[in-house]
Amino acid sequence: MTLDQIKPGYRGTLSVVGGEGALRRHLLDMGLTPNTQVTVRKVAPMGDPIELFLRGYVLTLRKEDAAKIEVVGVEKV
Amino acid sequence: MSGLFALAGNQNSGKTTLFNRLTGSNQHVGNFPGVTVEKKEGRIKGIKDAVLVDLPGIYSLSPYTSEEVVTRDFILKEHPTGIINIVDATNLERNLYLSLQLMELGIPMVIALNMMDEVRASGNVIHVELLSQKLGIPIVPISAGKNEGIGDLSEVVKKMMTEQKALPKLDFCTGEVHRAIHSIAHIIDDQAKQAGYPLRFAATKMVEGDRPTMEALQIDENEEHIIEHIVEEMESRLHTDREAALADMRYGYIEALCNECVVKHQETHEQIRSEKIDRLLTHKYLGIPIFFGIMLVVFWLTFTVIGQPLQDLLGNVLERLTMLFSAFLQDIGVSEWLRSLIIDGACNGVSSVLSFLPIIVLLFFFLSLLEDSGYMARVAFVMDKLLRKIGLSGRSFVPMLIGFGCSVPAIMATRTLSSERDRKMTIVLTPFMSCSAKLPIYGMITMAFFPHHSGLVMFGIYVLGIIVAILSGLLLKGTLFRGEPIPFVMELPSYRIPSGKSVLLHMWEKAKDFIRKAFTIIFLAAIVIWFLQSFDLYLNPVSDASQSILAAIGSVIAPIFIPLGFNDWRASTALITGITAKETVVSTFSVLTGATTDLQLTTALQQIFTPLSSISFLVFTILYMPCVAAFAATRRELGSLKGALLTACYQTGAAYVTAMLVYQIGRLLIS
Repeated sequence: MTLDQIKPGYRGTLSVVGGEGALRRHLLDMGLTPNTQVTVRKVAPMGDPIELFLRGYVLTLRKEDAAKIEVVGVEKV
Repeated sequence: MSGLFALAGNQNSGKTTLFNRLTGSNQHVGNFPGVTVEKKEGRIKGIKDAVLVDLPGIYSLSPYTSEEVVTRDFILKEHPTGIINIVDATNLERNLYLSLQLMELGIPMVIALNMMDEVRASGNVIHVELLSQKLGIPIVPISAGKNEGIGDLSEVVKKMMTEQKALPKLDFCTGEVHRAIHSIAHIIDDQAKQAGYPLRFAATKMVEGDRPTMEALQIDENEEHIIEHIVEEMESRLHTDREAALADMRYGYIEALCNECVVKHQETHEQIRSEKIDRLLTHKYLGIPIFFGIMLVVFWLTFTVIGQPLQDLLGNVLERLTMLFSAFLQDIGVSEWLRSLIIDGACNGVSSVLSFLPIIVLLFFFLSLLEDSGYMARVAFVMDKLLRKIGLSGRSFVPMLIGFGCSVPAIMATRTLSSERDRKMTIVLTPFMSCSAKLPIYGMITMAFFPHHSGLVMFGIYVLGIIVAILSGLLLKGTLFRGEPIPFVMELPSYRIPSGKSVLLHMWEKAKDFIRKAFTIIFLAAIVIWFLQSFDLYLNPVSDASQSILAAIGSVIAPIFIPLGFNDWRASTALITGITAKETVVSTFSVLTGATTDLQLTTALQQIFTPLSSISFLVFTILYMPCVAAFAATRRELGSLKGALLTACYQTGAAYVTAMLVYQIGRLLIS
């Protein structure tokens, strides 16, 4: 499952962080590394981007970018 | 002994507040060479000859954004005495990620552990001494907002100046990455020394495949081959790629470190509070209306309730002063032309622009509040989808919205955008948002031609401006600003009450900026226009405006506007004077047509324009290059005169094409 498909109120563990170049590097730098637990908190009013909670802080990214991140073990918070 | 210190840290870590605390109000704002990244410098209070440079807020030392590159270059090339790394204690893991990278640079460093008051208040514990021991660098717990621990930090900084101890080598890498870094370090030892790069940093960058570092070190093909081989082997053993391996290693080290040094029971009060506030402010249905509500209140307070009276007051005061000064000049017998130059040219020009000062200061007061409280990040979150199609992100929305009030603060507000590409593009597009100074022109034209449909015409013009901005965005995205936009991966910081001092300093900075502009470029422009208006081609003073050089220029360029449906020297002259300030278009028409009442002006305009050509004139007026004050702001924020001139040319070109289309299509429809 990819991160963009996860509904608000669910969390999972990152398995693969895809993308390339600046985007990928930026995702990794912000702490979206494999085995990190991420909660999807919210979807913006116009349906995009999404709001995540990880490593004790709140991060937002676009769905098209979230689609490059794979998540396992999705469960309700 | 003098010292140069660099203040580095994540965005939203309280860096600006700490900078203000350490330096007081003696600051100097400029740009880093070659980029539009702001560079703030100040002397550290209480320490002799210690200069502090505020580096941009970044999350990593990767080579992708100009902010990151600037930080790297500054530290590698300026060899600062030490780095003050500000770390948000409520968000330790992600903040330490940058710290580890900074430590690789081998420069003495101190961590200022900010927001410790919030950590303590929530009952969480950070064992600062243990953390400091593990990292091998001093750590000072502070609260920049509450002014706690700043003295302790100063003491450590003072010590760094006298001792200049090298950073102990911290080996936080493990296993395969460790092996790769050390193998590569052996190979590039000499090159790193020659280039003046810290070895550890250089080796890590080789593993990451960092092009700029490879070039700086002049790695030859053979060595690059060996390095590539080492890294590939590391990748195959770890079953991951180089970038992920390094990020994973750093975060792995940090997680282990935090497990030992941090006792976290719960989120801080601020984090819990933020989640609650966001239930409303980024609510699915209420989020957008609330945002527009907030902006409406800001505009209403700025332009109506507080701004207008202040603007009128300042305008009156400046007018009085000018009159007094004029009388004084007459008394001491200064010649008439010199008095006219000083009063009509310089004083009137500058004071008409200066009267905008209250509005600009007020807008920045509110903007600082929105920015420092953390709300601006939410605006970007809420509005992002709308701006994405033209290649921008939600962050650009607020400057564009301010553009409807006044382009000058709007362009100045782009400084908070974190991507240079977005910043430049927003600067180019913002003036298409019709500013309030253009309202009198709408009033004049609609009064003369569309007295019963003025609302419709105005609405149409506003919409047209937005459409041109969107089309320009699409065009620029595909041409000048091609290349990958910086990804929109943004932190939503906790809401915090802004520090009064930061807000005031920010206002003062913008006010200073604007006043400087008023007395330089605007001053100059006012004098040039005065000269062109007051003399004829043989440099004789003129009494009739139609004889002036300006009118002559107007006549020469008038035929350019034939495709737009008007060919009248008064129209083209008004467009030239409009560059000083858009309202001037109206006064120029009055002067040149000799009209003293609205009715006379209407009659005169009806001779110059047809209803259709009046529309194309209006279209041209709202879209062509903004006033000198906005031009000066563009120049400053782009950091180049050439860039500003190109921008003005583009805007004028877009205005010409759009107005021509409006006229020609309109003509087809009518006939």
